[in-house]
Amino acid sequence: MIRAQDVSKYYGSKRALGPVSFEIEDGETVGFLGLNGAGKTTALRIFACDLRPSAGSVVVGDIDAVKNPHEVRKRIGYLPENPPLYTEMIVDEYLSYAGRLRQMSKQQIEKRIPAVLEATDLTEVRNEIIGTLSHGYRQRVGVGQAIMHEPMLLILDEPTRGLDPVQIVEMRNMIQNLKDNHTVLVSSHILTEISETCDRLLVLGKGNILASGSESDLAAQMQNTARTIVAVKAKEGASSEEVAKILREVESVSEVSIGGMEEGATVFEVLSGGEVRAELCRVLVGGGHDVLQLARNHRELENIFLKLVKDGGQSSARN
Amino acid sequence: MRATSIIFRRELSSYLRSPVGYLIAAAMLLVCGILFQSQAMDKEAALSADVLSAFFRFASGCTIGAAIALSIRLIAEERQQHTIVLLNTSPIRDVEIIMGKFLAAFTFLSMIVLASFYMPMLIKVNGKITYSQVLVGYLGLVLLGGAVLAIGMFASALTKQQLVAAAVALVLTVSMVQLYPLGLKLDDPLRGVFQELDLWHVHFGLGFMKGVLNLKDLVYYLAVIYFFLLLATKTMEAKRWR
Repeated sequence: MIRAQDVSKYYGSKRALGPVSFEIEDGETVGFLGLNGAGKTTALRIFACDLRPSAGSVVVGDIDAVKNPHEVRKRIGYLPENPPLYTEMIVDEYLSYAGRLRQMSKQQIEKRIPAVLEATDLTEVRNEIIGTLSHGYRQRVGVGQAIMHEPMLLILDEPTRGLDPVQIVEMRNMIQNLKDNHTVLVSSHILTEISETCDRLLVLGKGNILASGSESDLAAQMQNTARTIVAVKAKEGASSEEVAKILREVESVSEVSIGGMEEGATVFEVLSGGEVRAELCRVLVGGGHDVLQLARNHRELENIFLKLVKDGGQSSARN
Repeated sequence: MRATSIIFRRELSSYLRSPVGYLIAAAMLLVCGILFQSQAMDKEAALSADVLSAFFRFASGCTIGAAIALSIRLIAEERQQHTIVLLNTSPIRDVEIIMGKFLAAFTFLSMIVLASFYMPMLIKVNGKITYSQVLVGYLGLVLLGGAVLAIGMFASALTKQQLVAAAVALVLTVSMVQLYPLGLKLDDPLRGVFQELDLWHVHFGLGFMKGVLNLKDLVYYLAVIYFFLLLATKTMEAKRWR
């Protein structure tokens, strides 16, 4: 478990973070979400033992990071915003160097490199000079050095920064796979980029934690209604109104509006008092209708995020 | 000190595969060769030992220049390129980082200095020199180079701008080379203190350059190296994880 207790960071008299307190369970994937200057990087650098907190304690496993930073560093893999790459080195050689710095033996490194190359999809460029690689590949090499020593905690600071849409999807998939073996902290200022990969989000603003929880939790905390988009291909002979009626009968659904048609399906917008996606699916399929899409309205989530950071934690969502 | 060896090997290989290392080596050897030809070999008749001393005088200036050029990038470049994060978040001590980088730069500088060995051999073709003077002279060059590297490394640890590091290293080195002439204007005991602290005149100019090996000169350069590496380590400590 990772525990931060009243952690704060000051640069001179300027407060960059905190005091903040939170806990992260082993195996959890937590996203740090916030606008630029919210304190995300400061928080992650403190966890990575790159910055010493001005006050408070950080415990990784059972080790106090302030008292024993070297022991914590052995257990942490860190990809900063700008990957720490020596551009004149070859990918293999660089990974080996990163492993040796983390006190791995020659045998351990030889055994580990193929696994890292596979996890980061770098096998085909393993003998190339880092300086000749594209931005996407360099970012992967950065992830590779962070996981080389199989750390218990993996910290990724804006790993999708500067990537094109295809590379973003690939990076997201890579993080999904890394979740199996590591506790992962990942930061972003774009909600949709990390909401899919993280079990929990910590929303930061002006150095404070404004909210914490899953997407649904955040939505529920911020407003009593959740907005769900459902695309339904009604069974033969059934009208859109009949489908809307079935949806209205679901408990906690307050409003159903019929939108347009999309690929032969009718799109409904459902307002509810909480998470109803599973129940909606059940009643629709049970009624013989085909469900082509069932999703939380992402625009709504972005609005929640913007509302949170604008409120600066004045809302009920404050932890 | 395992980390020292890891960093040493990476640093040394980066010198050998980057154009910067070869440019510094080429520039130093070119300037040294020109000065040797135009200044040391210009007299019709001179004692071989004097010509050799003149060679070591010019070579010491070139070594100081090369040492500053090599040292200013050691830490500042890591900060500029953000690669310092990899070192800072690894379980290694600051002294290991400083030692690994210093030893790599010192090895590379020694290789450049030794590449000028053909010049004393040219003197030997037309004259008579003793190998002990050559060996002592080269020992002086690498020790002087090591001392300036340590000064440059301290300057490099202070900032992330290589240009600023170069300016600081240059000011420190020139100041230390001017302690002897400054001491001449003072009365004892300050005169003696200033002269003994001088980086070039007493310890190199009157010692190694003339083929004279004094224990105090050896100790002086080792002490300068130790002092500035200690300052560099403390500067790293003050800047890391704060």
